Amino acid sequence: MHNFSIAKFILVLLVFCSLSTFAKAESDGGAVSSKSEIDAYIDHHLQDSYDYNFWSDGETGEHFGFPLPIILIDDGLKVFLSSKFHHGETVAEADGEYYKIYHGKIYKTDAEGTITLGEENHPTNSKPLDFSITKNVATMILTSILLLFMFGGLAKNYKHSKLPKGFGRVLEPLVIYVRDDIAIPNIGEKKYRNFMGFLLTVFFFIWILNLLGMTPLGVNVTGNIAVTACLALFTYVITQFSANKEYWKHIFWMPGVPVLMKIILIPIELLGTLTKPFALMIRLFANITAGHVVIMSLIALIFVGNNIYADTSISLLLALFISVIELLVAFLQAYIFTMLSALFIGLAVEEHDHAHDEHATKEII
Amino acid sequence: MEIPLLVGAGLIVIGAGMGLGKIGGSAMEAIARQPEASGKIQTAMIIIAALLEGLAFAALILGKA
Repeated sequence: MHNFSIAKFILVLLVFCSLSTFAKAESDGGAVSSKSEIDAYIDHHLQDSYDYNFWSDGETGEHFGFPLPIILIDDGLKVFLSSKFHHGETVAEADGEYYKIYHGKIYKTDAEGTITLGEENHPTNSKPLDFSITKNVATMILTSILLLFMFGGLAKNYKHSKLPKGFGRVLEPLVIYVRDDIAIPNIGEKKYRNFMGFLLTVFFFIWILNLLGMTPLGVNVTGNIAVTACLALFTYVITQFSANKEYWKHIFWMPGVPVLMKIILIPIELLGTLTKPFALMIRLFANITAGHVVIMSLIALIFVGNNIYADTSISLLLALFISVIELLVAFLQAYIFTMLSALFIGLAVEEHDHAHDEHATKEII
Repeated sequence: MEIPLLVGAGLIVIGAGMGLGKIGGSAMEAIARQPEASGKIQTAMIIIAALLEGLAFAALILGKA
Protein backbone atom coordinates (compact mmCIF):
# COMPACT_ATOMS: atom_id res chain seq x y z
CA MET A 1 0.00 0.00 0.00
CA HIS A 2 2.78 2.33 1.01
CA ASN A 3 4.79 1.56 -2.13
CA PHE A 4 1.72 2.07 -4.23
CA SER A 5 1.19 5.59 -2.93
CA ILE A 6 4.83 6.46 -3.55
CA ALA A 7 4.52 5.15 -7.11
CA LYS A 8 1.39 7.26 -7.61
CA PHE A 9 3.19 10.32 -6.28
CA ILE A 10 6.11 9.79 -8.63
CA LEU A 11 3.73 9.31 -11.56
CA VAL A 12 1.94 12.57 -10.76
CA LEU A 13 5.30 14.32 -10.47
CA LEU A 14 6.43 12.99 -13.84
CA VAL A 15 3.21 13.95 -15.59
CA PHE A 16 3.30 17.39 -13.99
CA CYS A 17 6.88 18.07 -14.98
CA SER A 18 6.53 16.84 -18.56
CA LEU A 19 3.31 18.79 -19.00
CA SER A 20 5.03 21.94 -17.89
CA THR A 21 7.86 21.33 -20.36
CA PHE A 22 5.32 20.90 -23.15
CA ALA A 23 3.57 24.08 -22.12
CA LYS A 24 6.82 25.98 -22.07
CA ALA A 25 7.74 24.64 -25.48
CA GLU A 26 4.49 25.94 -26.82
CA SER A 27 4.09 29.10 -24.84
CA ASP A 28 6.11 31.57 -26.86
CA GLY A 29 5.35 31.18 -30.52
CA GLY A 30 5.35 28.60 -33.28
CA ALA A 31 8.19 26.75 -34.98
CA VAL A 32 11.66 27.75 -33.82
CA SER A 33 14.30 26.76 -36.30
CA SER A 34 17.46 28.85 -36.15
CA LYS A 35 19.81 29.86 -33.38
CA SER A 36 18.65 33.47 -33.26
CA GLU A 37 15.03 32.39 -33.09
CA ILE A 38 15.78 30.09 -30.17
CA ASP A 39 17.62 32.93 -28.43
CA ALA A 40 14.66 35.24 -28.96
CA TYR A 41 12.30 32.60 -27.65
CA ILE A 42 14.31 32.07 -24.46
CA ASP A 43 14.74 35.83 -23.95
CA HIS A 44 11.02 36.33 -24.33
CA HIS A 45 10.32 33.73 -21.68
CA LEU A 46 12.77 35.28 -19.21
CA GLN A 47 11.28 38.74 -19.52
CA ASP A 48 8.29 40.25 -17.84
CA SER A 49 5.28 40.99 -20.06
CA TYR A 50 2.09 42.98 -20.07
CA ASP A 51 -0.19 39.96 -20.53
CA TYR A 52 -0.41 36.27 -19.68
CA ASN A 53 0.26 34.47 -22.95
CA PHE A 54 -0.05 30.71 -22.60
CA TRP A 55 0.57 29.77 -26.23
CA SER A 56 0.34 31.22 -29.70
CA ASP A 57 -0.63 29.76 -33.01
CA GLY A 58 2.31 30.40 -35.32
CA GLU A 59 0.28 30.03 -38.52
CA THR A 60 -2.75 32.17 -37.76
CA GLY A 61 -0.92 34.48 -35.36
CA GLU A 62 -3.55 33.95 -32.67
CA HIS A 63 -2.58 34.26 -29.01
CA PHE A 64 -4.19 32.39 -26.14
CA GLY A 65 -4.08 33.99 -22.72
CA PHE A 66 -5.58 36.95 -20.93
CA PRO A 67 -4.70 40.65 -20.71
CA LEU A 68 -3.63 42.53 -17.57
CA PRO A 69 -4.27 46.14 -16.57
CA ILE A 70 -1.86 48.86 -17.72
CA ILE A 71 -1.47 51.79 -15.34
CA LEU A 72 0.41 54.82 -16.64
CA ILE A 73 1.05 58.19 -15.06
CA ASP A 74 1.48 60.75 -17.81
CA ASP A 75 -0.45 64.00 -17.27
CA GLY A 76 -2.86 62.14 -15.06
CA LEU A 77 -3.65 58.51 -14.38
CA LYS A 78 -4.40 56.30 -17.38
CA VAL A 79 -5.75 52.82 -16.84
CA PHE A 80 -6.64 50.39 -19.61
CA LEU A 81 -6.27 46.72 -20.45
CA SER A 82 -3.21 45.47 -22.26
CA SER A 83 -5.47 43.86 -24.89
CA LYS A 84 -5.52 47.34 -26.49
CA PHE A 85 -1.94 46.75 -27.61
CA HIS A 86 -2.85 43.47 -29.35
CA HIS A 87 0.36 41.86 -28.07
CA GLY A 88 2.48 44.85 -28.99
CA GLU A 89 1.34 44.85 -32.60
CA THR A 90 -0.82 47.98 -32.50
CA VAL A 91 -0.88 51.43 -30.93
CA ALA A 92 -3.07 51.86 -27.83
CA GLU A 93 -5.06 55.05 -27.39
CA ALA A 94 -6.00 56.41 -23.94
CA ASP A 95 -7.54 59.88 -23.38
CA GLY A 96 -6.16 61.25 -26.62
CA GLU A 97 -2.60 59.96 -26.07
CA TYR A 98 -1.00 57.12 -28.01
CA TYR A 99 1.27 54.45 -26.61
CA LYS A 100 3.23 51.61 -28.15
CA ILE A 101 5.22 48.70 -26.75
CA TYR A 102 8.74 48.62 -28.13
CA HIS A 103 11.13 45.91 -26.88
CA GLY A 104 9.00 45.26 -23.82
CA LYS A 105 8.68 48.90 -22.74
CA ILE A 106 5.86 51.38 -23.25
CA TYR A 107 6.64 54.57 -25.21
CA LYS A 108 4.53 57.57 -26.06
CA THR A 109 3.97 57.90 -29.81
CA ASP A 110 1.74 59.58 -32.37
CA ALA A 111 -1.36 57.94 -33.87
CA GLU A 112 0.74 55.90 -36.34
CA GLY A 113 3.05 54.57 -33.65
CA THR A 114 6.33 55.96 -35.01
CA ILE A 115 9.31 55.17 -32.85
CA THR A 116 12.27 57.41 -33.59
CA LEU A 117 15.60 55.74 -32.93
CA GLY A 118 18.48 57.81 -31.65
CA GLU A 119 22.09 56.80 -31.21
CA GLU A 120 22.82 53.11 -30.58
CA ASN A 121 19.26 52.26 -31.63
CA HIS A 122 17.69 53.57 -28.42
CA PRO A 123 14.23 55.14 -28.93
CA THR A 124 14.09 58.88 -28.25
CA ASN A 125 10.33 58.85 -27.58
CA SER A 126 9.32 59.89 -24.07
CA LYS A 127 8.36 57.18 -21.61
CA PRO A 128 5.36 57.50 -19.26
CA LEU A 129 5.72 56.41 -15.63
CA ASP A 130 4.72 52.77 -15.73
CA PHE A 131 2.91 51.22 -12.75
CA SER A 132 1.28 48.41 -14.72
CA ILE A 133 0.17 45.15 -13.19
CA THR A 134 2.50 43.04 -15.33
CA LYS A 135 2.75 39.26 -15.35
CA ASN A 136 5.29 39.29 -12.51
CA VAL A 137 3.27 41.70 -10.39
CA ALA A 138 0.11 39.69 -10.94
CA THR A 139 1.91 36.50 -9.94
CA MET A 140 3.29 38.11 -6.80
CA ILE A 141 -0.19 39.33 -5.83
CA LEU A 142 -1.51 35.82 -6.44
CA THR A 143 1.24 34.37 -4.24
CA SER A 144 0.54 36.87 -1.46
CA ILE A 145 -3.15 35.97 -1.47
CA LEU A 146 -2.24 32.29 -1.44
CA LEU A 147 0.08 32.84 1.57
CA LEU A 148 -2.61 34.83 3.34
CA PHE A 149 -5.13 32.02 2.93
CA MET A 150 -2.70 29.25 3.87
CA PHE A 151 -1.31 30.87 6.99
CA GLY A 152 -4.46 32.74 7.96
CA GLY A 153 -6.21 29.39 8.14
CA LEU A 154 -3.36 27.87 10.13
CA ALA A 155 -3.29 30.80 12.59
CA LYS A 156 -7.05 30.67 13.08
CA ASN A 157 -6.83 26.96 13.71
CA TYR A 158 -4.45 27.44 16.64
CA LYS A 159 -7.12 29.38 18.51
CA HIS A 160 -9.25 26.26 18.83
CA SER A 161 -6.71 23.47 19.17
CA LYS A 162 -3.01 22.77 19.28
CA LEU A 163 -3.18 20.38 16.35
CA PRO A 164 -3.49 21.86 12.88
CA LYS A 165 -6.12 20.48 10.53
CA GLY A 166 -6.06 19.80 6.80
CA PHE A 167 -3.41 21.63 4.82
CA GLY A 168 -2.03 23.13 8.01
CA ARG A 169 -0.46 19.76 8.72
CA VAL A 170 1.80 20.25 5.72
CA LEU A 171 2.70 23.79 6.78
CA GLU A 172 3.35 23.27 10.47
CA PRO A 173 6.51 21.15 10.08
CA LEU A 174 7.90 23.68 7.62
CA VAL A 175 7.26 26.56 10.01
CA ILE A 176 8.91 24.61 12.82
CA TYR A 177 11.80 23.76 10.49
CA VAL A 178 12.38 27.46 9.75
CA ARG A 179 12.23 28.24 13.46
CA ASP A 180 14.38 25.40 14.81
CA ASP A 181 16.89 24.98 11.99
CA ILE A 182 17.21 28.49 10.59
CA ALA A 183 16.16 31.16 13.09
CA ILE A 184 17.25 29.81 16.49
CA PRO A 185 20.76 28.56 15.57
CA ASN A 186 21.63 31.77 13.73
CA ILE A 187 19.90 34.52 15.68
CA GLY A 188 19.80 32.96 19.10
CA GLU A 189 17.17 31.80 21.56
CA LYS A 190 16.56 35.29 22.99
CA LYS A 191 15.95 37.42 19.96
CA TYR A 192 14.75 35.17 17.19
CA ARG A 193 11.05 35.88 17.76
CA ASN A 194 11.17 39.41 16.34
CA PHE A 195 12.49 38.14 13.02
CA MET A 196 10.35 35.04 12.55
CA GLY A 197 7.70 37.00 10.63
CA PHE A 198 10.20 38.22 8.07
CA LEU A 199 12.04 34.91 7.74
CA LEU A 200 8.86 32.85 7.28
CA THR A 201 7.42 35.31 4.77
CA VAL A 202 10.60 35.39 2.73
CA PHE A 203 10.98 31.62 2.83
CA PHE A 204 7.47 30.79 1.66
CA PHE A 205 7.23 33.71 -0.77
CA ILE A 206 10.41 32.69 -2.58
CA TRP A 207 9.61 29.00 -2.47
CA ILE A 208 6.11 29.39 -3.91
CA LEU A 209 7.32 31.80 -6.59
CA ASN A 210 10.10 29.37 -7.53
CA LEU A 211 7.58 26.54 -7.78
CA LEU A 212 5.20 28.68 -9.86
CA GLY A 213 8.09 29.19 -12.25
CA MET A 214 8.05 25.43 -12.85
CA THR A 215 4.35 25.34 -13.81
CA PRO A 216 2.89 25.88 -17.29
CA LEU A 217 2.06 29.46 -16.29
CA GLY A 218 5.53 30.22 -17.62
CA VAL A 219 6.31 32.96 -15.11
CA ASN A 220 9.83 33.89 -14.10
CA VAL A 221 9.41 36.11 -11.04
CA THR A 222 12.38 35.18 -8.84
CA GLY A 223 14.50 35.20 -12.00
CA ASN A 224 13.88 38.93 -12.26
CA ILE A 225 16.67 40.99 -10.73
CA ALA A 226 14.32 43.78 -9.59
CA VAL A 227 12.30 41.32 -7.49
CA THR A 228 15.36 39.76 -5.86
CA ALA A 229 16.89 43.22 -5.33
CA CYS A 230 13.80 44.25 -3.41
CA LEU A 231 13.88 41.10 -1.29
CA ALA A 232 17.57 41.65 -0.55
CA LEU A 233 16.83 45.29 0.32
CA PHE A 234 14.42 44.10 3.01
CA THR A 235 17.16 41.96 4.55
CA TYR A 236 19.61 44.88 4.37
CA VAL A 237 17.26 47.39 6.01
CA ILE A 238 16.20 44.95 8.73
CA THR A 239 19.82 44.05 9.45
CA GLN A 240 20.96 47.67 9.72
CA PHE A 241 18.04 48.82 11.84
CA SER A 242 18.19 45.96 14.29
CA ALA A 243 21.97 46.10 14.69
CA ASN A 244 23.34 46.79 18.14
CA LYS A 245 26.23 48.96 19.33
CA GLU A 246 28.80 46.20 18.96
CA TYR A 247 27.99 45.83 15.27
CA TRP A 248 28.56 49.50 14.53
CA LYS A 249 31.66 49.53 16.67
CA HIS A 250 33.11 46.71 14.61
CA ILE A 251 32.43 48.71 11.45
CA PHE A 252 33.64 52.16 12.48
CA TRP A 253 36.27 51.44 15.12
CA MET A 254 37.37 47.83 14.93
CA PRO A 255 38.71 46.88 18.36
CA GLY A 256 42.07 45.23 18.75
CA VAL A 257 43.90 46.56 15.69
CA PRO A 258 46.31 49.52 15.28
CA VAL A 259 44.79 52.98 14.68
CA LEU A 260 45.94 53.19 11.07
CA MET A 261 44.37 49.83 10.39
CA LYS A 262 41.13 51.00 12.01
CA ILE A 263 40.89 53.85 9.52
CA ILE A 264 41.65 51.60 6.56
CA LEU A 265 39.06 49.12 7.75
CA ILE A 266 36.16 51.61 7.86
CA PRO A 267 35.44 51.72 4.10
CA ILE A 268 36.09 48.00 3.76
CA GLU A 269 33.62 47.16 6.50
CA LEU A 270 31.05 49.60 5.09
CA LEU A 271 31.39 47.98 1.70
CA GLY A 272 31.07 44.61 3.41
CA THR A 273 27.58 45.49 4.66
CA LEU A 274 26.56 46.20 1.06
CA THR A 275 28.08 43.12 -0.55
CA LYS A 276 26.00 40.78 1.63
CA PRO A 277 22.59 41.82 0.25
CA PHE A 278 24.15 42.21 -3.20
CA ALA A 279 25.24 38.58 -3.12
CA LEU A 280 21.77 37.56 -1.93
CA MET A 281 20.24 39.38 -4.86
CA ILE A 282 22.60 37.92 -7.48
CA ARG A 283 22.44 34.39 -6.11
CA LEU A 284 18.67 33.98 -6.27
CA PHE A 285 18.36 35.77 -9.60
CA ALA A 286 21.17 33.83 -11.28
CA ASN A 287 20.14 30.43 -9.97
CA ILE A 288 16.54 30.69 -11.12
CA THR A 289 17.43 32.31 -14.44
CA ALA A 290 20.07 29.65 -15.10
CA GLY A 291 17.55 26.90 -14.35
CA HIS A 292 14.99 28.38 -16.73
CA VAL A 293 17.57 28.87 -19.48
CA VAL A 294 18.78 25.26 -19.19
CA ILE A 295 15.24 23.85 -19.38
CA MET A 296 14.30 26.10 -22.29
CA SER A 297 17.51 25.23 -24.16
CA LEU A 298 16.90 21.52 -23.70
CA ILE A 299 13.40 21.92 -25.09
CA ALA A 300 14.82 23.93 -27.98
CA LEU A 301 16.94 20.84 -28.84
CA ILE A 302 13.79 19.49 -30.54
CA PHE A 303 14.13 22.10 -33.26
CA VAL A 304 17.88 21.79 -33.76
CA GLY A 305 18.38 18.24 -35.09
CA ASN A 306 16.99 16.45 -38.13
CA ASN A 307 15.23 13.43 -36.67
CA ILE A 308 12.22 14.84 -34.85
CA TYR A 309 11.41 11.63 -32.91
CA ALA A 310 14.91 11.04 -31.59
CA ASP A 311 15.40 14.72 -30.75
CA THR A 312 12.07 14.98 -28.99
CA SER A 313 12.61 11.93 -26.83
CA ILE A 314 16.13 12.98 -25.81
CA SER A 315 15.03 16.55 -25.22
CA LEU A 316 12.03 15.63 -23.09
CA LEU A 317 14.02 13.14 -21.01
CA LEU A 318 16.74 15.70 -20.30
CA ALA A 319 14.19 18.44 -19.63
CA LEU A 320 12.34 16.17 -17.21
CA PHE A 321 15.59 15.35 -15.42
CA ILE A 322 16.52 19.02 -15.05
CA SER A 323 12.95 19.89 -14.03
CA VAL A 324 13.15 17.47 -11.11
CA ILE A 325 16.50 18.97 -10.10
CA GLU A 326 14.93 22.43 -10.37
CA LEU A 327 12.24 21.37 -7.89
CA LEU A 328 15.07 20.75 -5.43
CA VAL A 329 16.78 24.02 -6.35
CA ALA A 330 13.49 25.87 -5.80
CA PHE A 331 13.49 24.71 -2.19
CA LEU A 332 17.24 25.08 -1.72
CA GLN A 333 17.33 28.70 -2.89
CA ALA A 334 14.44 29.65 -0.61
CA TYR A 335 16.29 27.92 2.23
CA ILE A 336 19.60 29.62 1.45
CA PHE A 337 18.05 33.07 1.15
CA THR A 338 16.31 32.64 4.51
CA MET A 339 19.36 31.06 6.10
CA LEU A 340 21.75 33.81 5.01
CA SER A 341 19.25 36.51 6.00
CA ALA A 342 19.05 34.93 9.45
CA LEU A 343 22.84 34.70 9.59
CA PHE A 344 23.32 38.40 8.72
CA ILE A 345 20.66 39.46 11.22
CA GLY A 346 22.26 37.17 13.78
CA LEU A 347 25.68 38.79 13.25
CA ALA A 348 24.15 42.23 13.76
CA VAL A 349 22.23 41.49 16.95
CA GLU A 350 24.78 39.15 18.51
CA GLU A 351 25.70 39.83 22.13
CA HIS A 352 29.44 39.60 22.51
CA ASP A 353 30.70 37.71 25.47
CA HIS A 354 33.49 39.89 26.82
CA ALA A 355 34.91 37.16 29.01
CA HIS A 356 36.21 35.55 25.81
CA ASP A 357 38.34 37.01 23.10
CA GLU A 358 35.92 39.02 21.03
CA HIS A 359 37.71 38.25 17.80
CA ALA A 360 36.79 34.63 18.05
CA THR A 361 33.35 35.62 16.74
CA LYS A 362 32.55 34.93 13.15
CA GLU A 363 33.36 37.93 11.07
CA ILE A 364 34.37 36.27 7.86
CA ILE A 365 31.03 36.69 6.18
CA MET B 1 34.21 39.69 -28.05
CA GLU B 2 32.38 36.38 -27.94
CA ILE B 3 35.40 34.11 -27.44
CA PRO B 4 37.14 35.92 -24.52
CA LEU B 5 33.76 36.06 -22.79
CA LEU B 6 33.28 32.32 -23.11
CA VAL B 7 36.85 31.61 -21.96
CA GLY B 8 36.24 33.82 -18.93
CA ALA B 9 33.02 32.00 -18.17
CA GLY B 10 34.90 28.71 -18.43
CA LEU B 11 37.57 29.94 -16.02
CA ILE B 12 34.91 31.03 -13.53
CA VAL B 13 33.24 27.65 -13.71
CA ILE B 14 36.57 25.85 -13.24
CA GLY B 15 37.29 27.96 -10.17
CA ALA B 16 33.85 27.49 -8.70
CA GLY B 17 33.99 23.76 -9.43
CA MET B 18 37.32 23.42 -7.64
CA GLY B 19 35.97 25.35 -4.68
CA LEU B 20 32.80 23.28 -4.48
CA GLY B 21 34.81 20.08 -4.80
CA LYS B 22 37.04 21.11 -1.92
CA ILE B 23 34.08 22.04 0.27
CA GLY B 24 32.19 18.84 -0.57
CA GLY B 25 35.24 16.64 -0.10
CA SER B 26 36.13 18.15 3.27
CA ALA B 27 32.54 17.88 4.42
CA MET B 28 32.45 14.20 3.43
CA GLU B 29 35.65 13.54 5.38
CA ALA B 30 34.32 15.41 8.37
CA ILE B 31 31.04 13.48 8.31
CA ALA B 32 32.92 10.20 8.00
CA ARG B 33 34.95 11.12 11.07
CA GLN B 34 32.05 12.41 13.11
CA PRO B 35 28.76 11.05 11.78
CA GLU B 36 26.87 12.46 14.77
CA ALA B 37 27.76 16.02 13.73
CA SER B 38 26.57 15.55 10.15
CA GLY B 39 23.64 17.98 10.51
CA LYS B 40 25.83 20.88 11.58
CA ILE B 41 28.47 20.07 8.98
CA GLN B 42 25.86 19.98 6.24
CA THR B 43 24.47 23.39 7.23
CA ALA B 44 27.93 24.94 7.27
CA MET B 45 28.73 23.27 3.96
CA ILE B 46 25.61 24.69 2.32
CA ILE B 47 26.34 28.19 3.62
CA ILE B 48 29.91 28.18 2.31
CA ALA B 49 28.76 26.67 -0.99
CA ALA B 50 26.10 29.38 -1.30
CA LEU B 51 28.65 32.13 -0.66
CA LEU B 52 31.01 30.66 -3.24
CA GLU B 53 28.18 30.31 -5.71
CA GLY B 54 27.14 33.91 -5.18
CA LEU B 55 30.67 35.02 -6.02
CA ALA B 56 30.79 32.86 -9.16
CA PHE B 57 27.41 34.10 -10.33
CA ALA B 58 28.39 37.70 -9.66
CA ALA B 59 31.45 37.21 -11.85
CA LEU B 60 29.42 35.58 -14.62
CA ILE B 61 26.76 38.29 -14.64
CA LEU B 62 29.12 41.24 -14.31
CA GLY B 63 31.20 39.72 -17.09
CA LYS B 64 28.19 39.59 -19.38
CA ALA B 65 27.03 43.13 -18.59
